Amino acid sequence: MKKKYLSTGNEACAEGAVRAGCRFYAGYPITPQNELIAYMSRRMEEKKGVFIQAESELAAVNMVFGAAVAGARAMTSSSSPGISLKQEGISYLAGCELPAVIVNVMRAGPGLGSISAAQGDYFQATKGGGHGDYHIIVLAPASVQEMFDLTYDAFALADKYRIPVMMLSDGMLGQMMEPLEFDAEIKPSGVINKPWALTGAKGREAQSIKSLWLGEGALERHNEKLQEKYRSIAKTEVKAEAYKTDNAEVIIVAYGTPGRMARACVDRLAEKGVKAGLVRPITLWPFPHETLRRLAQGTTKFLVVEMSAGQMVEDVRLAVQDDSRVSFYGRAGGGVPLNEEIIRRAAEAVGKKV
Amino acid sequence: MKDVATHYCAGCGHGLVHRLICEVIDELRMREKTVAVAPVGCAVVAYDYWDFDTTEAAHGRTPAVATGIKRVLPDRLVFAYQGDGDLAAIGTAETIHTANRGENLSIIFINNGVYGMTGGQMAPTTLLGQRTATSQFTRRREKEGFPIKILEMLASLDGVAYLERTSLHSPKTVNDTKKAIKKSFQTQLDGKGFSMVEVVSPCPTYWGMSPVESMHRIETEVVKTYPLGIIKESK
Repeated sequence: MKKKYLSTGNEACAEGAVRAGCRFYAGYPITPQNELIAYMSRRMEEKKGVFIQAESELAAVNMVFGAAVAGARAMTSSSSPGISLKQEGISYLAGCELPAVIVNVMRAGPGLGSISAAQGDYFQATKGGGHGDYHIIVLAPASVQEMFDLTYDAFALADKYRIPVMMLSDGMLGQMMEPLEFDAEIKPSGVINKPWALTGAKGREAQSIKSLWLGEGALERHNEKLQEKYRSIAKTEVKAEAYKTDNAEVIIVAYGTPGRMARACVDRLAEKGVKAGLVRPITLWPFPHETLRRLAQGTTKFLVVEMSAGQMVEDVRLAVQDDSRVSFYGRAGGGVPLNEEIIRRAAEAVGKKV
Repeated sequence: MKDVATHYCAGCGHGLVHRLICEVIDELRMREKTVAVAPVGCAVVAYDYWDFDTTEAAHGRTPAVATGIKRVLPDRLVFAYQGDGDLAAIGTAETIHTANRGENLSIIFINNGVYGMTGGQMAPTTLLGQRTATSQFTRRREKEGFPIKILEMLASLDGVAYLERTSLHSPKTVNDTKKAIKKSFQTQLDGKGFSMVEVVSPCPTYWGMSPVESMHRIETEVVKTYPLGIIKESK
Protein backbone atom coordinates (compact mmCIF):
# COMPACT_ATOMS: atom_id res chain seq x y z
CA MET A 1 0.00 0.00 0.00
CA LYS A 2 1.28 3.45 -0.91
CA LYS A 3 1.85 5.84 1.94
CA LYS A 4 2.45 9.55 1.80
CA TYR A 5 5.14 11.38 3.77
CA LEU A 6 6.47 14.91 3.97
CA SER A 7 10.21 14.65 3.46
CA THR A 8 13.33 16.57 2.59
CA GLY A 9 15.14 15.46 -0.55
CA ASN A 10 18.14 14.31 1.46
CA GLU A 11 16.01 12.08 3.67
CA ALA A 12 14.03 10.78 0.69
CA CYS A 13 17.32 9.82 -0.94
CA ALA A 14 18.46 8.01 2.22
CA GLU A 15 15.14 6.17 2.55
CA GLY A 16 15.26 5.19 -1.12
CA ALA A 17 18.64 3.63 -0.41
CA VAL A 18 17.36 1.79 2.67
CA ARG A 19 14.40 0.43 0.67
CA ALA A 20 16.75 -0.64 -2.11
CA GLY A 21 18.58 -2.82 0.39
CA CYS A 22 21.50 -0.56 1.19
CA ARG A 23 22.96 -1.87 4.44
CA PHE A 24 26.26 -0.03 4.53
CA TYR A 25 26.70 3.70 4.71
CA ALA A 26 29.87 5.69 5.38
CA GLY A 27 30.01 9.47 5.18
CA TYR A 28 31.48 12.68 6.48
CA PRO A 29 29.53 15.82 7.43
CA ILE A 30 29.25 18.60 4.86
CA THR A 31 26.49 21.08 4.12
CA PRO A 32 24.02 20.82 2.36
CA GLN A 33 23.76 17.02 2.71
CA ASN A 34 23.84 16.69 6.52
CA GLU A 35 20.23 15.49 6.83
CA LEU A 36 21.23 12.45 4.82
CA ILE A 37 24.08 11.29 7.04
CA ALA A 38 22.06 11.97 10.21
CA TYR A 39 19.11 9.99 8.84
CA MET A 40 21.40 7.09 7.95
CA SER A 41 22.92 6.99 11.43
CA ARG A 42 19.44 6.04 12.69
CA ARG A 43 18.18 3.91 9.81
CA MET A 44 21.26 1.72 9.41
CA GLU A 45 21.06 0.84 13.10
CA GLU A 46 17.34 0.02 12.79
CA LYS A 47 18.02 -2.22 9.79
CA LYS A 48 21.02 -3.93 11.43
CA GLY A 49 23.20 -2.40 8.76
CA VAL A 50 26.49 -0.56 9.17
CA PHE A 51 26.83 3.19 9.68
CA ILE A 52 30.26 4.78 9.98
CA GLN A 53 31.06 8.45 10.31
CA ALA A 54 34.46 8.31 8.65
CA GLU A 55 37.53 10.44 9.36
CA SER A 56 37.38 11.86 5.83
CA GLU A 57 35.59 11.54 2.51
CA LEU A 58 38.60 9.53 1.31
CA ALA A 59 38.11 7.01 4.08
CA ALA A 60 34.32 6.98 3.58
CA VAL A 61 34.44 6.09 -0.11
CA ASN A 62 37.09 3.44 0.58
CA MET A 63 34.99 1.90 3.34
CA VAL A 64 32.24 1.69 0.72
CA PHE A 65 34.83 0.09 -1.59
CA GLY A 66 35.48 -2.56 1.08
CA ALA A 67 31.77 -3.16 1.68
CA ALA A 68 31.26 -3.58 -2.07
CA VAL A 69 34.19 -6.02 -2.21
CA ALA A 70 32.35 -8.07 0.43
CA GLY A 71 29.13 -7.99 -1.63
CA ALA A 72 27.03 -5.45 0.29
CA ARG A 73 24.86 -2.72 -1.20
CA ALA A 74 26.77 0.33 -0.03
CA MET A 75 26.48 4.10 -0.30
CA THR A 76 28.32 7.28 0.56
CA SER A 77 27.18 10.87 0.18
CA SER A 78 28.71 14.30 0.23
CA SER A 79 28.63 17.69 -1.43
CA SER A 80 30.95 19.13 -4.06
CA PRO A 81 34.26 19.68 -2.16
CA GLY A 82 33.83 16.28 -0.52
CA ILE A 83 33.01 14.65 -3.85
CA SER A 84 36.32 15.97 -5.20
CA LEU A 85 38.03 14.01 -2.42
CA LYS A 86 36.08 10.88 -3.31
CA GLN A 87 37.25 10.89 -6.93
CA GLU A 88 40.25 8.68 -6.19
CA GLY A 89 37.94 6.06 -4.73
CA ILE A 90 35.45 6.38 -7.59
CA SER A 91 38.22 5.74 -10.13
CA TYR A 92 39.22 2.59 -8.19
CA LEU A 93 35.57 1.46 -7.93
CA ALA A 94 35.27 1.89 -11.71
CA GLY A 95 38.58 0.12 -12.38
CA CYS A 96 37.72 -2.77 -10.06
CA GLU A 97 34.15 -2.92 -11.45
CA LEU A 98 32.53 -2.56 -8.05
CA PRO A 99 28.92 -1.47 -7.56
CA ALA A 100 28.32 1.44 -5.20
CA VAL A 101 26.13 4.53 -4.96
CA ILE A 102 27.62 7.99 -4.43
CA VAL A 103 25.35 10.95 -3.73
CA ASN A 104 26.49 14.47 -4.59
CA VAL A 105 24.22 17.19 -3.18
CA MET A 106 25.95 19.89 -5.19
CA ARG A 107 26.94 23.27 -3.80
CA ALA A 108 28.65 26.19 -5.47
CA GLY A 109 32.39 26.24 -6.17
CA PRO A 110 35.17 26.34 -7.08
CA GLY A 111 37.13 25.70 -3.89
CA LEU A 112 35.17 26.00 -0.70
CA GLY A 113 32.69 28.13 -2.68
CA SER A 114 29.47 28.51 -0.73
CA ILE A 115 26.70 26.28 0.57
CA SER A 116 24.21 27.50 -2.05
CA ALA A 117 22.80 25.02 -4.55
CA ALA A 118 24.65 24.82 -7.88
CA GLN A 119 25.35 22.50 -10.82
CA GLY A 120 29.05 23.12 -11.31
CA ASP A 121 30.01 19.45 -10.95
CA TYR A 122 28.44 18.24 -14.21
CA PHE A 123 31.78 17.85 -15.97
CA GLN A 124 33.30 16.11 -12.96
CA ALA A 125 30.40 13.65 -12.70
CA THR A 126 29.85 12.85 -16.37
CA LYS A 127 33.30 13.12 -17.90
CA GLY A 128 35.28 11.05 -15.44
CA GLY A 129 36.23 13.10 -12.38
CA GLY A 130 39.02 10.78 -11.35
CA HIS A 131 41.94 9.48 -13.41
CA GLY A 132 41.66 7.03 -16.27
CA ASP A 133 39.20 6.18 -19.05
CA TYR A 134 35.98 5.40 -17.27
CA HIS A 135 32.36 6.39 -16.88
CA ILE A 136 29.90 6.08 -14.06
CA ILE A 137 26.13 6.20 -14.39
CA VAL A 138 24.90 9.65 -13.34
CA LEU A 139 21.27 10.17 -12.33
CA ALA A 140 19.68 13.61 -12.00
CA PRO A 141 16.60 13.89 -9.77
CA ALA A 142 14.35 16.95 -10.01
CA SER A 143 12.03 16.38 -7.05
CA VAL A 144 11.92 14.84 -3.59
CA GLN A 145 10.03 11.92 -5.12
CA GLU A 146 12.83 11.34 -7.63
CA MET A 147 15.43 11.61 -4.87
CA PHE A 148 13.76 8.46 -3.52
CA ASP A 149 12.91 6.71 -6.80
CA LEU A 150 16.22 7.20 -8.58
CA THR A 151 18.26 6.23 -5.52
CA TYR A 152 16.15 3.08 -5.27
CA ASP A 153 16.91 2.34 -8.95
CA ALA A 154 20.59 3.27 -8.59
CA PHE A 155 21.42 0.16 -6.56
CA ALA A 156 19.92 -2.21 -9.13
CA LEU A 157 21.82 -0.45 -11.92
CA ALA A 158 25.05 -0.56 -9.94
CA ASP A 159 24.74 -4.30 -9.31
CA LYS A 160 23.56 -5.13 -12.83
CA TYR A 161 26.58 -3.51 -14.47
CA ARG A 162 29.10 -3.65 -11.59
CA ILE A 163 29.54 0.09 -11.84
CA PRO A 164 29.45 3.09 -9.47
CA VAL A 165 26.28 5.16 -9.82
CA MET A 166 26.14 8.82 -8.83
CA MET A 167 23.05 10.70 -7.75
CA LEU A 168 23.75 14.24 -8.97
CA SER A 169 21.43 16.36 -6.88
CA ASP A 170 21.78 19.91 -5.59
CA GLY A 171 21.41 21.76 -2.32
CA MET A 172 17.93 22.95 -3.14
CA LEU A 173 16.59 19.47 -3.94
CA GLY A 174 18.37 18.11 -0.90
CA GLN A 175 16.94 20.55 1.58
CA MET A 176 13.45 21.31 0.35
CA MET A 177 10.39 19.44 1.62
CA GLU A 178 7.74 17.89 -0.62
CA PRO A 179 5.26 15.06 -0.45
CA LEU A 180 6.89 11.67 -0.95
CA GLU A 181 4.94 8.55 -1.78
CA PHE A 182 6.10 4.95 -1.79
CA ASP A 183 4.85 1.46 -1.12
CA ALA A 184 5.50 0.64 2.52
CA GLU A 185 6.05 -3.00 1.48
CA ILE A 186 8.47 -2.20 -1.33
CA LYS A 187 11.22 -4.82 -1.71
CA PRO A 188 14.81 -4.25 -2.89
CA SER A 189 14.95 -4.24 -6.67
CA GLY A 190 17.21 -6.22 -8.98
CA VAL A 191 18.89 -8.29 -6.28
CA ILE A 192 21.40 -10.61 -7.93
CA ASN A 193 24.06 -13.06 -6.82
CA LYS A 194 27.60 -11.73 -6.63
CA PRO A 195 29.86 -14.72 -7.16
CA TRP A 196 32.76 -12.32 -7.68
CA ALA A 197 32.49 -10.92 -4.12
CA LEU A 198 35.26 -11.75 -1.65
CA THR A 199 33.75 -13.71 1.23
CA GLY A 200 36.47 -16.31 1.76
CA ALA A 201 37.60 -19.05 -0.63
CA LYS A 202 35.13 -21.66 0.59
CA GLY A 203 34.32 -24.34 -1.98
CA ARG A 204 35.99 -22.36 -4.76
CA GLU A 205 39.34 -21.01 -5.89
CA ALA A 206 40.75 -17.92 -4.18
CA GLN A 207 39.64 -14.71 -5.89
CA SER A 208 41.03 -11.20 -6.11
CA ILE A 209 39.59 -7.79 -6.95
CA LYS A 210 41.95 -5.38 -8.61
CA SER A 211 42.40 -2.59 -11.12
CA LEU A 212 46.12 -3.28 -11.63
CA TRP A 213 46.92 -5.05 -14.91
CA LEU A 214 50.66 -5.26 -15.54
CA GLY A 215 50.96 -7.94 -18.23
CA GLU A 216 51.61 -6.99 -21.84
CA GLY A 217 48.32 -5.67 -23.24
CA ALA A 218 46.37 -6.74 -20.16
CA LEU A 219 45.27 -3.24 -19.16
CA GLU A 220 44.29 -2.42 -22.72
CA ARG A 221 42.08 -5.52 -22.79
CA HIS A 222 40.60 -4.53 -19.41
CA ASN A 223 39.84 -1.06 -20.80
CA GLU A 224 38.21 -2.54 -23.89
CA LYS A 225 35.99 -4.62 -21.64
CA LEU A 226 35.03 -1.50 -19.69
CA GLN A 227 34.26 0.41 -22.89
CA GLU A 228 32.10 -2.47 -24.11
CA LYS A 229 30.14 -2.25 -20.87
CA TYR A 230 29.75 1.53 -21.26
CA ARG A 231 28.45 1.08 -24.82
CA SER A 232 25.89 -1.43 -23.61
CA ILE A 233 24.72 0.94 -20.84
CA ALA A 234 24.51 3.83 -23.31
CA LYS A 235 22.31 1.67 -25.53
CA THR A 236 19.81 0.58 -22.89
CA GLU A 237 19.77 2.86 -19.85
CA VAL A 238 19.21 6.38 -21.23
CA LYS A 239 16.36 8.18 -19.52
CA ALA A 240 14.88 11.63 -20.16
CA GLU A 241 11.58 13.37 -19.64
CA ALA A 242 10.19 14.92 -22.83
CA TYR A 243 7.38 17.45 -22.32
CA LYS A 244 5.47 19.09 -25.18
CA THR A 245 8.35 18.44 -27.57
CA ASP A 246 6.08 17.56 -30.55
CA ASN A 247 6.04 20.53 -32.96
CA ALA A 248 7.95 22.68 -30.48
CA GLU A 249 9.75 25.63 -32.05
CA VAL A 250 12.05 25.93 -29.06
CA ILE A 251 13.07 23.19 -26.64
CA ILE A 252 14.50 23.98 -23.24
CA VAL A 253 17.08 21.45 -22.03
CA ALA A 254 17.63 21.46 -18.28
CA TYR A 255 18.14 18.92 -15.47
CA GLY A 256 17.54 18.94 -11.74
CA THR A 257 16.27 22.18 -10.21
CA PRO A 258 16.33 24.22 -13.46
CA GLY A 259 14.57 21.25 -15.11
CA ARG A 260 11.52 21.61 -12.89
CA MET A 261 11.57 25.40 -13.28
CA ALA A 262 11.70 25.04 -17.06
CA ARG A 263 8.59 22.85 -17.10
CA ALA A 264 6.53 25.69 -15.63
CA CYS A 265 8.12 28.09 -18.12
CA VAL A 266 7.04 25.86 -21.03
CA ASP A 267 3.40 26.24 -19.96
CA ARG A 268 3.71 30.00 -19.58
CA LEU A 269 5.37 30.26 -22.98
CA ALA A 270 2.38 28.45 -24.55
CA GLU A 271 0.08 31.06 -22.99
CA LYS A 272 2.22 33.72 -24.68
CA GLY A 273 2.00 32.02 -28.07
CA VAL A 274 5.43 30.37 -28.09
CA LYS A 275 5.40 26.64 -28.84
CA ALA A 276 7.99 25.52 -26.32
CA GLY A 277 8.98 22.06 -25.09
CA LEU A 278 11.27 20.57 -22.49
CA VAL A 279 13.80 17.79 -22.48
CA ARG A 280 14.93 16.98 -18.96
CA PRO A 281 17.76 14.44 -18.94
CA ILE A 282 17.32 11.99 -16.06
CA THR A 283 20.49 10.09 -16.92
CA LEU A 284 23.29 12.60 -17.45
CA TRP A 285 25.60 9.73 -18.30
CA PRO A 286 24.56 8.11 -20.51
CA PHE A 287 23.36 11.41 -21.96
CA PRO A 288 20.18 11.40 -24.12
CA HIS A 289 22.07 12.33 -27.29
CA GLU A 290 19.71 10.37 -29.54
CA THR A 291 16.58 11.98 -28.08
CA LEU A 292 17.99 15.42 -28.80
CA ARG A 293 19.40 14.46 -32.20
CA ARG A 294 15.95 13.29 -33.27
CA LEU A 295 14.32 16.50 -32.07
CA ALA A 296 17.00 18.56 -33.82
CA GLN A 297 16.18 17.20 -37.27
CA GLY A 298 13.97 20.17 -38.17
CA THR A 299 14.67 23.78 -37.40
CA THR A 300 13.89 23.62 -33.69
CA LYS A 301 15.94 25.91 -31.46
CA PHE A 302 17.38 24.81 -28.12
CA LEU A 303 17.88 26.78 -24.93
CA VAL A 304 20.05 25.11 -22.28
CA VAL A 305 19.46 26.30 -18.71
CA GLU A 306 21.91 25.39 -15.95
CA MET A 307 23.03 26.55 -12.52
CA SER A 308 26.58 26.68 -13.88
CA ALA A 309 28.64 28.71 -16.32
CA GLY A 310 27.73 26.20 -19.05
CA GLN A 311 28.65 22.54 -18.81
CA MET A 312 25.78 20.31 -20.05
CA VAL A 313 25.41 22.75 -22.95
CA GLU A 314 28.48 21.10 -24.51
CA ASP A 315 26.67 17.75 -24.67
CA VAL A 316 23.59 19.43 -26.14
CA ARG A 317 25.75 21.06 -28.84
CA LEU A 318 27.27 17.65 -29.62
CA ALA A 319 23.79 16.17 -30.01
CA VAL A 320 22.23 19.01 -32.01
CA GLN A 321 25.31 19.45 -34.24
CA ASP A 322 24.38 23.00 -35.14
CA ASP A 323 25.74 25.52 -32.63
CA SER A 324 23.72 28.35 -34.18
CA ARG A 325 20.53 26.74 -32.86
CA VAL A 326 21.78 26.23 -29.30
CA SER A 327 21.73 29.10 -26.80
CA PHE A 328 22.59 29.09 -23.13
CA TYR A 329 21.34 30.72 -19.97
CA GLY A 330 23.15 29.88 -16.77
CA ARG A 331 24.16 31.29 -13.43
CA ALA A 332 27.24 30.03 -11.61
CA GLY A 333 28.33 30.49 -8.00
CA GLY A 334 24.98 29.80 -6.35
CA GLY A 335 22.76 31.96 -8.57
CA VAL A 336 19.39 30.49 -9.54
CA PRO A 337 18.00 31.14 -13.04
CA LEU A 338 14.89 33.33 -13.07
CA ASN A 339 11.66 32.12 -14.69
CA GLU A 340 11.15 35.48 -16.42
CA GLU A 341 14.60 35.27 -17.93
CA ILE A 342 14.12 31.65 -19.10
CA ILE A 343 10.86 32.70 -20.78
CA ARG A 344 12.39 35.79 -22.35
CA ARG A 345 15.37 33.88 -23.72
CA ALA A 346 13.28 30.99 -25.05
CA ALA A 347 11.06 33.45 -26.93
CA GLU A 348 14.10 35.38 -28.13
CA ALA A 349 15.57 32.15 -29.55
CA VAL A 350 12.65 32.02 -32.02
CA GLY A 351 12.65 35.77 -32.65
CA LYS A 352 9.71 36.59 -30.42
CA LYS A 353 9.31 39.19 -27.70
CA VAL A 354 7.21 38.32 -24.66
CA MET B 1 50.86 -19.86 -0.67
CA LYS B 2 50.55 -20.43 -4.37
CA ASP B 3 53.39 -22.42 -5.92
CA VAL B 4 54.80 -19.51 -7.91
CA ALA B 5 58.00 -17.48 -7.98
CA THR B 6 57.65 -14.02 -6.41
CA HIS B 7 58.97 -10.80 -7.93
CA TYR B 8 60.74 -9.77 -4.73
CA CYS B 9 64.45 -8.92 -4.73
CA ALA B 10 67.02 -11.22 -3.13
CA GLY B 11 66.99 -10.82 0.65
CA CYS B 12 63.64 -8.96 0.75
CA GLY B 13 61.47 -9.51 3.81
CA HIS B 14 58.11 -9.60 2.05
CA GLY B 15 58.35 -13.21 0.90
CA LEU B 16 59.17 -14.34 4.45
CA VAL B 17 56.24 -12.50 6.01
CA HIS B 18 53.88 -13.69 3.24
CA ARG B 19 54.82 -17.24 4.14
CA LEU B 20 54.47 -16.69 7.90
CA ILE B 21 50.96 -15.28 7.36
CA CYS B 22 49.98 -18.31 5.29
CA GLU B 23 51.35 -20.72 7.90
CA VAL B 24 49.39 -18.98 10.64
CA ILE B 25 46.17 -19.01 8.58
CA ASP B 26 46.59 -22.74 7.97
CA GLU B 27 47.29 -23.41 11.65
CA LEU B 28 44.16 -21.47 12.59
CA ARG B 29 42.25 -23.30 9.81
CA MET B 30 40.98 -19.97 8.49
CA ARG B 31 41.95 -20.13 4.80
CA GLU B 32 38.35 -20.37 3.63
CA LYS B 33 37.27 -17.52 5.89
CA THR B 34 40.04 -15.03 5.16
CA VAL B 35 39.76 -11.79 3.19
CA ALA B 36 42.99 -9.79 2.90
CA VAL B 37 43.71 -6.29 1.64
CA ALA B 38 46.92 -5.76 -0.33
CA PRO B 39 48.60 -2.35 -0.34
CA VAL B 40 50.09 -0.14 -3.02
CA GLY B 41 53.83 -0.68 -2.79
CA CYS B 42 56.12 -3.66 -3.32
CA ALA B 43 53.44 -6.07 -2.04
CA VAL B 44 50.82 -4.75 -4.48
CA VAL B 45 50.43 -8.13 -6.18
CA ALA B 46 50.33 -10.17 -2.96
CA TYR B 47 47.14 -11.76 -4.34
CA ASP B 48 49.32 -13.50 -6.92
CA TYR B 49 51.07 -15.34 -4.07
CA TRP B 50 48.40 -15.84 -1.42
CA ASP B 51 45.90 -18.61 -1.94
CA PHE B 52 42.98 -16.85 -0.23
CA ASP B 53 40.65 -13.97 -1.17
CA THR B 54 42.51 -10.68 -1.52
CA THR B 55 41.52 -7.26 -2.75
CA GLU B 56 43.46 -4.26 -3.90
CA ALA B 57 43.16 -0.89 -2.15
CA ALA B 58 44.11 2.65 -3.11
CA HIS B 59 47.43 3.84 -1.61
CA GLY B 60 47.01 4.28 2.13
CA ARG B 61 43.27 3.56 2.16
CA THR B 62 43.99 -0.05 3.03
CA PRO B 63 42.58 0.09 6.60
CA ALA B 64 39.41 1.85 5.35
CA VAL B 65 38.84 -0.93 2.82
CA ALA B 66 39.53 -3.55 5.50
CA THR B 67 37.02 -1.76 7.76
CA GLY B 68 34.33 -1.99 5.07
CA ILE B 69 34.96 -5.72 4.55
CA LYS B 70 35.11 -6.60 8.24
CA ARG B 71 31.92 -4.71 9.11
CA VAL B 72 30.03 -6.55 6.37
CA LEU B 73 31.59 -9.94 7.20
CA PRO B 74 32.30 -9.85 10.96
CA ASP B 75 33.02 -13.58 11.23
CA ARG B 76 35.79 -13.54 8.62
CA LEU B 77 39.49 -13.06 9.32
CA VAL B 78 40.28 -9.70 7.77
CA PHE B 79 43.76 -8.20 7.64
CA ALA B 80 45.49 -5.36 5.84
CA TYR B 81 49.10 -5.79 4.73
CA GLN B 82 50.89 -2.45 4.45
CA GLY B 83 54.28 -0.91 3.92
CA ASP B 84 55.65 2.18 5.67
CA GLY B 85 54.68 4.63 2.91
CA ASP B 86 51.17 3.21 2.71
CA LEU B 87 50.58 3.06 6.46
CA ALA B 88 52.69 5.82 7.97
CA ALA B 89 52.63 8.53 5.27
CA ILE B 90 49.73 8.70 2.84
CA GLY B 91 47.44 6.55 4.99
CA THR B 92 48.24 7.99 8.43
CA ALA B 93 44.68 9.24 9.00
CA GLU B 94 43.17 5.88 8.07
CA THR B 95 45.68 4.07 10.31
CA ILE B 96 44.94 6.21 13.35
CA HIS B 97 41.16 6.24 13.01
CA THR B 98 40.83 2.55 12.23
CA ALA B 99 42.81 1.89 15.40
CA ASN B 100 40.88 4.47 17.39
CA ARG B 101 37.52 2.98 16.38
CA GLY B 102 38.90 -0.29 17.66
CA GLU B 103 38.01 -2.05 14.43
CA ASN B 104 38.23 -5.77 15.04
CA LEU B 105 40.83 -6.44 12.37
CA SER B 106 44.59 -6.95 12.01
CA ILE B 107 47.27 -4.95 10.27
CA ILE B 108 50.63 -6.42 9.31
CA PHE B 109 52.96 -3.46 8.88
CA ILE B 110 56.23 -3.99 6.99
CA ASN B 111 58.73 -1.34 8.06
CA ASN B 112 61.83 -1.36 5.85
CA GLY B 113 62.48 2.37 5.98
CA VAL B 114 62.23 3.09 2.25
CA TYR B 115 59.80 3.24 -0.65
CA GLY B 116 60.81 0.12 -2.57
CA MET B 117 58.35 0.04 -5.45
CA THR B 118 59.14 3.56 -6.67
CA GLY B 119 62.92 3.31 -6.32
CA GLY B 120 64.17 3.78 -2.78
CA GLN B 121 62.83 7.17 -1.76
CA MET B 122 62.71 8.40 1.85
CA ALA B 123 59.92 6.90 3.93
CA PRO B 124 58.45 8.39 7.12
CA THR B 125 60.31 5.56 8.87
CA THR B 126 63.73 6.23 7.29
CA LEU B 127 66.42 6.50 9.96
CA LEU B 128 68.31 9.70 10.71
CA GLY B 129 71.55 9.67 8.73
CA GLN B 130 70.17 7.30 6.09
CA ARG B 131 70.71 8.27 2.46
CA THR B 132 67.87 7.62 0.02
CA ALA B 133 66.88 8.78 -3.48
CA THR B 134 65.02 11.75 -1.99
CA SER B 135 67.28 12.41 0.99
CA GLN B 136 70.51 12.70 -0.93
CA PHE B 137 72.23 14.43 1.97
CA THR B 138 70.83 11.80 4.34
CA ARG B 139 67.80 12.25 6.57
CA ARG B 140 68.52 15.19 8.86
CA ARG B 141 66.44 16.17 11.86
CA GLU B 142 66.47 19.86 10.80
CA LYS B 143 65.15 19.31 7.28
CA GLU B 144 63.54 15.90 6.92
CA GLY B 145 62.45 15.43 10.51
CA PHE B 146 62.47 12.33 12.66
CA PRO B 147 61.49 8.75 11.87
CA ILE B 148 57.90 8.07 12.91
CA LYS B 149 57.11 5.48 15.56
CA ILE B 150 53.61 4.37 14.69
CA LEU B 151 53.11 1.72 17.37
CA GLU B 152 54.16 4.09 20.17
CA MET B 153 51.65 6.62 18.77
CA LEU B 154 48.84 4.08 18.55
CA ALA B 155 49.51 2.75 22.06
CA SER B 156 47.69 5.71 23.58
CA LEU B 157 44.42 4.85 21.82
CA ASP B 158 41.80 3.03 23.87
CA GLY B 159 40.49 1.04 20.91
CA VAL B 160 43.78 -0.78 20.46
CA ALA B 161 44.04 -4.32 21.85
CA TYR B 162 47.49 -5.51 20.83
CA LEU B 163 50.64 -3.98 19.31
CA GLU B 164 53.95 -5.74 18.84
CA ARG B 165 57.12 -4.91 16.93
CA THR B 166 59.19 -7.79 15.62
CA SER B 167 62.04 -8.22 13.16
CA LEU B 168 63.34 -10.62 10.52
CA HIS B 169 67.06 -10.42 11.29
CA SER B 170 67.49 -13.83 12.93
CA PRO B 171 65.75 -17.22 13.08
CA LYS B 172 64.57 -16.35 16.59
CA THR B 173 63.03 -13.02 15.57
CA VAL B 174 61.41 -14.63 12.52
CA ASN B 175 59.85 -17.10 14.93
CA ASP B 176 58.74 -14.23 17.16
CA THR B 177 57.19 -12.57 14.11
CA LYS B 178 55.13 -15.65 13.36
CA LYS B 179 53.97 -15.82 16.98
CA ALA B 180 53.01 -12.15 16.88
CA ILE B 181 51.02 -12.58 13.67
CA LYS B 182 49.22 -15.52 15.21
CA LYS B 183 48.48 -13.52 18.34
CA SER B 184 47.15 -10.65 16.24
CA PHE B 185 44.82 -12.94 14.28
CA GLN B 186 43.72 -14.68 17.47
CA THR B 187 43.01 -11.27 19.06
CA GLN B 188 40.67 -10.58 16.15
CA LEU B 189 39.01 -14.01 16.28
CA ASP B 190 38.41 -13.45 19.99
CA GLY B 191 36.70 -10.15 19.15
CA LYS B 192 39.12 -8.07 21.25
CA GLY B 193 39.58 -5.27 18.73
CA PHE B 194 42.34 -3.66 16.74
CA SER B 195 45.82 -5.12 16.56
CA MET B 196 48.98 -4.44 14.58
CA VAL B 197 52.29 -6.21 14.12
CA GLU B 198 55.12 -4.03 12.86
CA VAL B 199 57.80 -6.13 11.22
CA VAL B 200 61.20 -4.48 10.84
CA SER B 201 62.22 -5.82 7.48
CA PRO B 202 65.29 -5.59 5.19
CA CYS B 203 65.46 -3.90 1.80
CA PRO B 204 68.96 -4.84 0.55
CA THR B 205 68.33 -3.27 -2.86
CA TYR B 206 67.66 0.23 -1.57
CA TRP B 207 69.83 0.02 1.50
CA GLY B 208 72.70 -0.68 -0.92
CA MET B 209 73.83 -3.73 1.06
CA SER B 210 73.95 -7.48 0.73
CA PRO B 211 71.13 -9.46 2.36
CA VAL B 212 73.49 -10.53 5.18
CA GLU B 213 74.68 -6.95 5.78
CA SER B 214 71.03 -5.83 5.83
CA MET B 215 70.19 -8.30 8.60
CA HIS B 216 73.23 -7.07 10.53
CA ARG B 217 72.09 -3.46 10.10
CA ILE B 218 68.68 -4.28 11.55
CA GLU B 219 70.24 -6.03 14.54
CA THR B 220 72.81 -3.37 15.34
CA GLU B 221 71.20 -0.15 14.15
CA VAL B 222 67.52 -0.18 13.17
CA VAL B 223 66.21 -1.73 16.38
CA LYS B 224 67.71 1.18 18.34
CA THR B 225 65.09 3.45 16.75
CA TYR B 226 62.44 0.75 16.60
CA PRO B 227 62.78 -1.36 19.77
CA LEU B 228 61.30 -4.82 19.50
CA GLY B 229 58.67 -6.28 21.79
CA ILE B 230 55.08 -5.89 22.85
CA ILE B 231 54.14 -2.22 22.83
CA LYS B 232 50.61 -2.72 24.10
CA GLU B 233 48.49 -5.65 25.16
CA SER B 234 45.12 -5.16 26.77
CA LYS B 235 44.09 -7.77 29.27
